[in-house]
Amino acid sequence: MNRRKERFIKYLFTAVAFSSLAFLVGIILVLFKEALPIFKTVSPSAFLLGTSWYPTAEPPEFGILPLIVASLWVTAGALVICVPLGVGSALYLHELAGNKQRAVLKPVIEILASVPSIVYGFFGMVVLAPFLQTALDLPIGLTAFTTSLILGVMATPTVASIAEDALSYVPRSFREASFAVGADRWQTLTKVIIPAAGSGISTAVILGMSRAIGETMTVLMVAGGSAIIPESIFDPVRPMTAAIAAEMGEAPVGSDHYHALFAIALILFLITFAFNVAAELISRRYRLKLGQAR
Amino acid sequence: MHDTLVDYDKQMGLENFHPALVKGPVGVNKNSLGEADLFGTEPKIISRGVNFYYGAKRALNNINISFAQRRVTAIIGPSGCGKSTFIRLLNRMHELVPGTRLEGEILLDGLDILSPACDPAELRKRVGMVFQKPNPFPKTVFENVAYGLEVNGVTDRQVIEATVVDSLKKAALWGEIKDRLKDSALGLSGGQQQRLCIARALAVSPEVILFDEPCASLDPISTGKIEELILELKKEYTIVIVTHNMQQAARVSDRTAFFLMGDLIEEGRTDNIFKAPRDRRTEDYITGRFG
Amino acid sequence: MKRKSIAQKIGFAALGACMGANILFLGTILFFIGVKGLGAINWAFLTQAPRDSMTAGGVAPAIVGTLYLTLGAILFALPLGVACAVYLTEYSPKGWIVNVLRISINNLAGVPSVVFGLFGLTVFVKYMGFGVSILSGSLTLGILALPVIISASQEALVAVPQSIREASLALGATQWETIRKVVLPAALPGILTGVILSVGRVAGETAPILFTAAAFYLKGYPDSVFSEVMALPYHIYALMTEGTHPEEQTRIAYASSLLLLGLVLSVSMLAIWLRQRQRKAYHA
Repeated sequence: MNRRKERFIKYLFTAVAFSSLAFLVGIILVLFKEALPIFKTVSPSAFLLGTSWYPTAEPPEFGILPLIVASLWVTAGALVICVPLGVGSALYLHELAGNKQRAVLKPVIEILASVPSIVYGFFGMVVLAPFLQTALDLPIGLTAFTTSLILGVMATPTVASIAEDALSYVPRSFREASFAVGADRWQTLTKVIIPAAGSGISTAVILGMSRAIGETMTVLMVAGGSAIIPESIFDPVRPMTAAIAAEMGEAPVGSDHYHALFAIALILFLITFAFNVAAELISRRYRLKLGQAR
Repeated sequence: MHDTLVDYDKQMGLENFHPALVKGPVGVNKNSLGEADLFGTEPKIISRGVNFYYGAKRALNNINISFAQRRVTAIIGPSGCGKSTFIRLLNRMHELVPGTRLEGEILLDGLDILSPACDPAELRKRVGMVFQKPNPFPKTVFENVAYGLEVNGVTDRQVIEATVVDSLKKAALWGEIKDRLKDSALGLSGGQQQRLCIARALAVSPEVILFDEPCASLDPISTGKIEELILELKKEYTIVIVTHNMQQAARVSDRTAFFLMGDLIEEGRTDNIFKAPRDRRTEDYITGRFG
Repeated sequence: MKRKSIAQKIGFAALGACMGANILFLGTILFFIGVKGLGAINWAFLTQAPRDSMTAGGVAPAIVGTLYLTLGAILFALPLGVACAVYLTEYSPKGWIVNVLRISINNLAGVPSVVFGLFGLTVFVKYMGFGVSILSGSLTLGILALPVIISASQEALVAVPQSIREASLALGATQWETIRKVVLPAALPGILTGVILSVGRVAGETAPILFTAAAFYLKGYPDSVFSEVMALPYHIYALMTEGTHPEEQTRIAYASSLLLLGLVLSVSMLAIWLRQRQRKAYHA
């Protein structure tokens, strides 16, 4: 009797444990179901490569290339900031900071990571954008550049903490071997430790990228909102997430516009999904590799 | 070697098949010099033809041994010889490690403990275990000892209290600890923690207690106390103790079994094993030539 | 010899600058929002409802709404998350199951928050018919919090020494008794830290509640789980993008941002502090 109860409990836990898988599959199903109808109206290639996004015009146009380009554009800009800063911070924490410094600096990074995105967006809107507009003499402060700056700052702690994790997997013996042949700390760092942690650091970059491209509230408030293909970094843009968040409220349920927004979400999901899977595969490989060397 | 093992196996097989019919000495072991009994008692536990695998790797080869009722049997051998692996089979703790496989038979009072019909939780109430490192729960002293009663459905407060006190007394801990029952067990010294773990095992009233190198992490004084305790406990319980310390085996045990690389090399009265081992490898080990 | 040390000096200075940038970012955000927000926060702001087309009054309904949504999300995600972590660490399922679950948890953690919003809209608001409500918003936020709770719980469970599980099983306790009476109590502080961490995350999220729970302006407080609510993060967004009195609204938005920031950061700091203490405790 006891054993039947035990088995029942185990099955119960098994069932509940699969809830995260169920939610993930649910998200995929919902996205596909609500997205696919748009392709009855627009062909997939016209949807992906069309350059005009006028969902409420008569007749509407559903070309999301400007949105995709905008997302990639601001994400690329964010990477320029968050990769050096994040990896640099991780190296500093791992190599230079003593225990006392770490006790303060690690929480700083974690706290920076926990600032809500709406606050970043608000800060960008009321402080950074006006400042940049004056300082750089721009016609408008809400641009791809401003967005990249903010997204870069937001993604920095993500990159830093994952990169630091990767560095901690580098075996001590590598460092000792390098010192033993007379290398100084900087040489050891650049020639031994960074290469050894290389794939782990690339995981950090991928996940930082994933964070930036999926960010919603900040880009909604700061990017400027123009659905045009940007010509310079100081153009206002409308990334995919911003389009979904801004327009879903006004798109009638079941309309082409509604389905088009789900299709954008589907593409966004597939991009981040690919990033996450890539990061997963890479991180499993380096853990195995360095795990054996340890 | 193999011939004698087969022989031994046959003997054991016969007797285990009809334990009630056996008159006189039980567990005759022709391999033992002249000694032909388990001190006149029925064997409490019998292991017959036990092979054990971690994945594809064989860790124990055809182990045939019986453990005498209310006696202390020590299992000695160098690290990695399979002695700890073996003792964990006796209350099926090996099942916690996935990917293992067990062949053969282990009988407790003639009952096959490996059969699917045997509930491991029920088995472990009868066959208690004390581990290498003291492992008290992060609870109070009292809660630690009462835990086994609780999970066995004892709810009567008076019974629980009486059993806790009794177990602590049996574990020779009561005097030191009677005013600290509400303190966290993690605050006790290592030796006290280990005796608390023994008290915790006693509270469930087991018939057998398995000690897996119980003094491995203790100082000599605490070790002495545990050894005294084991000698005291054998009046009531059947005890199997794994140890890498040969002096300890000589001090506390009635019988000793020597394991080497997954084989049971020989088993017999402790004085015989130490004074006149039959196998060259046992002698080498006991005289410190390896291990 | 000389050149070595120059490269090292420049390199280390650069790393220090990277680290310094983080402190600068945090300092800048706290400074601007702190300075302008602090002036507008007072008792009335915390306890009153908005008045005069959101140009005066307080944000009390938004605070209450955020509390409800967060509480609901945790109530939903906590049992699921802990059960999932227990399954993964205690019932040691087969390798492929662990891989499938780990990949799905990691991917769930990486789903953009606006996509959670769409999922909530489709499933909870429309398919299940909960409407735009506290319930829909809480469930959506709960799914978002799930990975955080799972990984914190897993970390806490793994830190429980294997030896006390064995001790319990060796006393004849069943696996479930061992989990319930020994493992979970020992892991509880760590699990609570995970909960606090996810509270910080959930309370600040905006995109998932855009279409599932949030209302721009409500006169009163919600009276059931099927009511729409105001929420602090959404309130900031609404103040900045809708309405007709930018100046007064910006002032209120500053105060609301400071409030949200204070709430989220103090919760996060609490979690960080607790976690550091627990890690020390295990090493002792």
